[in-house]
Amino acid sequence: MSLENLELFEVFVRSSRGLDHKHVGSLHAEDAEHALDYARDCYTRRSEGISIWVVKSADICSSQEDDAPEFFDPSDDKPYRHATYYPLPKEVGNM
Amino acid sequence: MNSLPSDLERAFQAKIDNEYKIEPKDWMPAGYRKNLIRQISQHAHSEVIGMQPEGHWITRAPSLRRKAVLLAKVQDEAGHGLYLYSATETMGITRAELIDALQTGQAKYASIFNYPTQTWGDIGTVGWLVDGAAICNQVSLQRTSYGPYARSMIRICKEESFHQRQGYQIMMELAKGTPEQKSMAQDSLNRFYWPSLMMFGPHDSESAHSAKSMKWKIKRETNDDLRQKFIDQTVPQIEFLGLEHPDKDLKWNEERGHYDAGEIDWEEFHNVINGNGHCNRQRISHHVAAHEEGAWVRDAQNAYNAKMKARRAEAA
Repeated sequence: MSLENLELFEVFVRSSRGLDHKHVGSLHAEDAEHALDYARDCYTRRSEGISIWVVKSADICSSQEDDAPEFFDPSDDKPYRHATYYPLPKEVGNM
Repeated sequence: MNSLPSDLERAFQAKIDNEYKIEPKDWMPAGYRKNLIRQISQHAHSEVIGMQPEGHWITRAPSLRRKAVLLAKVQDEAGHGLYLYSATETMGITRAELIDALQTGQAKYASIFNYPTQTWGDIGTVGWLVDGAAICNQVSLQRTSYGPYARSMIRICKEESFHQRQGYQIMMELAKGTPEQKSMAQDSLNRFYWPSLMMFGPHDSESAHSAKSMKWKIKRETNDDLRQKFIDQTVPQIEFLGLEHPDKDLKWNEERGHYDAGEIDWEEFHNVINGNGHCNRQRISHHVAAHEEGAWVRDAQNAYNAKMKARRAEAA
């Protein structure tokens, strides 16, 4: 079987209980079940994880790098969304 | 039932005792699931209903900057509602069921939002005290035992700090303003202080869900401990504003290292919880109306989906 007939999967690993799954890379596999096995062999050889998600790369819809400035600019002019925009007198402690 | 805990239950409790997080696909006792669905969805409903008392002032905010800030805050609350509904849905309940439970009164939300926001000062107090009390609770819940809930709490706490600070800033401006402005701040503090203390729920000795929730580490600190924290931290904040403290029985207790506080009016608390606050009916009927008026958006989404599906079928 040639590689072209295999599907590309993105791999996400949860490094320990309570943390988010993080994207670690991708691999080719014939289906999701095999992708899980390959991901275990490829990405968790040194006990990097306790849980793995695999998702077909084709199923990921991504924002476009080239459009990033326009796509994200709505938050550029809103400094008031940050706590540090509001100076606090030291007498009142943390907020 | 007096049956002994099963192996599954013992293994589950051992995970909790070892500070392991529980994740959606793990086995969990039915009571844990039920308790969490109740608590997280109640939390989600509070974020969403909480938009109403503040939304009320968006068109009346005293400057364009204040309007932008308030809009950003209300937008955050909608986002927090979404994080929490999604976390609840990981337990196998649908969004439609959750919304139905809110609208039919089976599910509750924080009683504080049944109080009206009558003046601009109330927008200051809501941010400072109401969000402040919520933060005390949420900081503690970052360590809750259910993974998706803990992770949404971490995200929410990062965003909440701005909410409390913008509220306190409104109060600082009013407190150093004209006598009328200062008395507006005082009046608002007087009305919101006690209901903010009620946000932590009944005393530990009266709390229906506390013992189980502590054992399962859904809750990490008790109602009374969290309330004490809030009372202590609020004292210097009121002093700095130069306002009078609404609790006339408040006294520093050297031995405990905490303030002793006056008793909460629990009759008012139960009245508001049981539907007789100023705005209970208004909050729910507004939610129902907004939901019904928004039906065309959901219909449009479905129509779009159907159209795209048909187009893809045609092309294939």
